Amino acid sequence: MSNPHLNAGGTAALATREYHLAHEPHPENGTALGFWLYLMSDCLIFASLFATWGVLGRNFAGGPNGAELFDLTLVALNTAFLLLSSITFGFAMLRKQVNDKGGTLLWLAITGFFGLCFLAVELYEFHHLIHVGAGPQSSAAMSAFFALVGTHGLHVTFGLIWLVVLMIQISKHGLIHENKRRLMCLSMFWHFLDVVWIGVFTFVYLMGVL
Amino acid sequence: MSAQDVHGHDDHHHDDGPHSTFSGYMWGFVLSIVLTAIPFWLVMTDIIANRSTAVLVLGAFAVVQIIVHMVFFLHMNGKVEGGWTMLSTIFTVVFVAIAIAGTLWVMFHMNTNMMPMHPQGVQHGAP
Repeated sequence: MSNPHLNAGGTAALATREYHLAHEPHPENGTALGFWLYLMSDCLIFASLFATWGVLGRNFAGGPNGAELFDLTLVALNTAFLLLSSITFGFAMLRKQVNDKGGTLLWLAITGFFGLCFLAVELYEFHHLIHVGAGPQSSAAMSAFFALVGTHGLHVTFGLIWLVVLMIQISKHGLIHENKRRLMCLSMFWHFLDVVWIGVFTFVYLMGVL
Repeated sequence: MSAQDVHGHDDHHHDDGPHSTFSGYMWGFVLSIVLTAIPFWLVMTDIIANRSTAVLVLGAFAVVQIIVHMVFFLHMNGKVEGGWTMLSTIFTVVFVAIAIAGTLWVMFHMNTNMMPMHPQGVQHGAP
């Protein structure tokens, strides 16, 4: 706010006055909203990939179709791993709230383990598909499949890298304010990936084998 | 363990995120298991004969489970960040719906609209 008691030279002739708004704004935090907006933009990437799958998802170029390629048991296993990693991350956040550094690290490690299990199953599936000649270059549907599921898998990969880095930071510096903020962002990211996976297993796998 | 900084008033302006509860996470987890198991069971036992009915049912389960995740895991409500989180989410949902529905609509009508099917409509020597 401008101070009417400043003269032309800009020097405060009088004692500096402080002005206060009647209702001081108290933003909860800028980071949570900013990171949420990033996730929403990520949603748009996945939306375009889902749309691509929706258009091309039945064009298997005369090769084996979804019902013959996708193993629902594997997908159920994958879904279980990701859902378990969501709840274990939740437990990590609960330990964070009571400033239990060891407990937070333990649950983060368990979350990372389930994330690795998810990736292992997904890589096995990709390897199997490529092995039977249903790689991304085999048909439009498989191109769309690998683009969508692979993008999600890459997100999980980078989420795991982030998780490891954050565990190192927490073990070095403890549950300081900055690390709590980073944990909050990573938890949003991780749960968001689980939300995207709901779309993947429903629209790609379940509807693919119908 | 770090020393908790002392606040003169409410402790709601640092970036520690929303308050989580054990029961909230468990509710979300159990509901998610149920909402995942039912669609898998429906497809694996091939219980719904009609494909379009199956697609609608599976889609409904997915939408409900996404809402469950948003509420119990991502702590969505209309109050956080003065409602901006909710508003940006609604915007994204609308945008995503238009993008996906619009894409499918255009692509599945393209053949009809791009290729004249009546015999006189065939263009010769078009540039």
